[in-house]
Amino acid sequence: MNIHEYQAKDLLKRYGVAVLDGYIAWTPDEAEAAAAKLPGPIYVVKSQIHAGGRGAGHFADDPDGKGGVRIARSAAEVKQAAEAMIGHVLVTKQTGPAGKTVHRVYVEAGCDIARELYLSLLVDRSSGCVTLVASNEGGMEIETVAASNPEKILRVSVDPATGISGFHGRRLAGGLGLTGRQAVSFGKFVTAMYAAFVGLDCSVVEINPMVVTGAGEIIALDAKIAFDDNALFRHADLEKLRDEAEEDPKELEAEKHSLNYVALDGNIGCMVNGAGLAMATMDIIKLFGMAPANFLDVGGGATKERVMAAFRIILSDPNVEGILVNIFGGIMRCDVIADGVVSAAREVQLSVPLVVRLEGTNVDLGKAILARSNLPIIAADNLADAAEKIVTAVREAA
Amino acid sequence: MAILVDANTQVITQGFTGAQGTFHTEQAIAYGTKVVGGVTPGKGGTRHLDLPVYDTVWQACQAHRVDATGIYVPPPFAADAILEAIDAGIPLIICITDGIPVLDMVRVKRALSCSRSRLIGPNCPGVITPDACKIGIMPGHIHRLGSVGIVSRSGTLTYEAVAQTTMVGLGQSSCVGIGGDPVKGTDFIEILEMFLADPLTKQIVMIGEIGGQSEIEAAEFLARNPVKKPTVGFIAGATAPPGRRMGHAGAVISGGMDTAAAKMEALRVAGVHVADSPAALGSTMIEVLRG
Repeated sequence: MNIHEYQAKDLLKRYGVAVLDGYIAWTPDEAEAAAAKLPGPIYVVKSQIHAGGRGAGHFADDPDGKGGVRIARSAAEVKQAAEAMIGHVLVTKQTGPAGKTVHRVYVEAGCDIARELYLSLLVDRSSGCVTLVASNEGGMEIETVAASNPEKILRVSVDPATGISGFHGRRLAGGLGLTGRQAVSFGKFVTAMYAAFVGLDCSVVEINPMVVTGAGEIIALDAKIAFDDNALFRHADLEKLRDEAEEDPKELEAEKHSLNYVALDGNIGCMVNGAGLAMATMDIIKLFGMAPANFLDVGGGATKERVMAAFRIILSDPNVEGILVNIFGGIMRCDVIADGVVSAAREVQLSVPLVVRLEGTNVDLGKAILARSNLPIIAADNLADAAEKIVTAVREAA
Repeated sequence: MAILVDANTQVITQGFTGAQGTFHTEQAIAYGTKVVGGVTPGKGGTRHLDLPVYDTVWQACQAHRVDATGIYVPPPFAADAILEAIDAGIPLIICITDGIPVLDMVRVKRALSCSRSRLIGPNCPGVITPDACKIGIMPGHIHRLGSVGIVSRSGTLTYEAVAQTTMVGLGQSSCVGIGGDPVKGTDFIEILEMFLADPLTKQIVMIGEIGGQSEIEAAEFLARNPVKKPTVGFIAGATAPPGRRMGHAGAVISGGMDTAAAKMEALRVAGVHVADSPAALGSTMIEVLRG
C-alpha cells in the first residue's frame, strides 16, 4: 500500500524524523489559509498524487506551464498555485500519459537548502536485512544513479539482532561528506528513519531529496512510504490513510475478493492459479503474437464465487477480446474452477472466445463439467495449445 | 537419497489440525511419507489422522526422531512456528505459508544463520522426492521417479516443469520450490549445489522469475562450478511492466539487472539452455540430451 507525501511526513515525524511544517489543503482557499499559518516568506505548494517526478511534470491542460511543485512568495501566490493544481490532471514520468487528477495540495514552509542528498531504507534480498541506501545525488532517481554511477551509491545493512547503531550513521555520513553538526543531525535522522521503518512495517521508505540546511540540519524534503501489504494486519490504523482514488478500480475490486490482479494494456484476459504460472501465461501469449490484458492470480483456495468475481473483473476491461483460463491444480481443484467458469460464463453471457486449460487435481471431473455445460468453451490440453487456441479464436472473431 | 528428503525422512506437521495442515498431511501420508505426528498448541495429548498431536515442537522432538517439519500455520503466526522449529533443532524446515511479513522473515533469517536448520520457503509448494517423500502442497500424482532435479521460485510453474519432464519420459529425482518471497531460507545456489552433487540427478531444470539477483548469482555459480549437468532454465515475467508487483512479493522489477531478459542472458552465458516458452521445458531438455 502507498500513501501521500504529507501522510508519510506526518508518520515519520512521530518517529522523530525532521520534516518541515506544512498543512494539507483541499481547496485554493484552504491553501491560502494554510499559508497564513506558516512563517513565510517562502512557501512550497506540492500536488499530492501517488507518483514521483511531480516537480518535473506538467498539467495536461497546460503542457508548457509549470510543474506539480511550485514555489510561492505570498499567501496569494499559494492560492494561485493551488488553483492551477486542484482538479487538474498532472502528468509525470511515473503516471504514464493519462496522468493523475490532483485532489489535494500540501502547503509547506520554504527551506534554506545547502545540499540535496538521497536516503532510502529497504529490505535487501541478498543479505536479508534492512539496508540503508544513500547517495550525494539528491533529487535524481536512484535507478538512474545505479545505472550511470553505481560507485556513488552507499549501502549499510542493519543486523536485526542489534538494530541500528551509531556507527551506521557515521559510516554513511563519512561517505556523504557530512561533518560536525551535519553528521550529528544525520545520525539522529537515520536512527529515527530505522525506527519508523521497523515500527510501521514498511517495504520502502525513500527520502529524495534529503536536504542539508544552511544551519547544518538534515530534513526530509520529500517522503515516500510503501507498506508491506503482508503486515497490514498489525496496523489497522494505517488503513484510513489509503486513497482509493489513486488506485485502479479493477484492482480494488479484485482485492476485495482476495484476487491478485494487475491491469495491463493488451487484449487477452487471463485467469491463472499461482503468480509464476500467471506470469508465464502472459509471456506465452506474447510469444504467440498477442498481449495480455492483465495479470490475475486466483490463488490456491479459490471458490466458485471468487472465480466468478475474477471473470467479472476481467470482462469489465473493454479491451478484452478473449479469455484464457490456465489452471494447474495443486491445492486448487479443477472441478471447483470449472464450476465457477461455467456459472460465470452463463451469468455474464460471455461474448468473447474462452479457452480453458485444466491440469492437476480432479482434472477429469473439471473437464466433464465444462463439456456438460453446452457453452462454447474451447478446451486446451497444455499451455502452448491453450495460447495458440485463444490467439486463433480472437483473430477469427475479429 | 535424492536431495533433502527420502523414504526414511521422518516428518511432523505444524498447524497439524487446521484445514490446510489436515488436508496436506493426509495427502502426504497417502503418498507414502513417514509422518510421525504433528503440533497444534492447545491440542497436545489428542490424536489426529491416527497420529499423536503435541503442544510444542520440542515435545514432538522428545518423542520422535524428527528429520523435517512442514509448516501450514497462518501468516501472523508462521514466523513463530519457524523459530520454534529452529529452536528444537529440526534439520529441515519447510514453510508453505504465503503472506508472512517481510520483517518477520528478516528475524527468522538471522536466527537461521546461527542454527543447524535449513529452511525451504516460505511461500513455496514444498519438497518432493517421487515415490519416497512429499512435504508440501504439490499434486503427487504428476510426479514420476526419474533423473531431473527441479528447482523453482514459483509453485504452479514447478508443476508445469514436472508434468513436462514426466511427459517426455525423464521423470524427477527431487523437486524443490524455494518460494516467491524476497527473504527466504534457501536460494537457487544451495539447491543447485545439492543437485550437482547428487548421483541420482542427471539433469536440472531451474525456473526463476523477475525481481532480485538470485538467478544472476546462480548463473555465475553454474559457470564457475567444475561439475556440469545438462540444465534447462526459464524466467517468468518477460511481459511484466517494471515496478509493479506481480503476485509474489519478490517479483518487482526495480533495477536494470533483475529483468527477465537480463536473467535469461546470464543463464545462457553460463551454459544453461534457456527455454523461450514455459511450454518448452521438457522438449528443450530432450533436444539438449539428443545433442
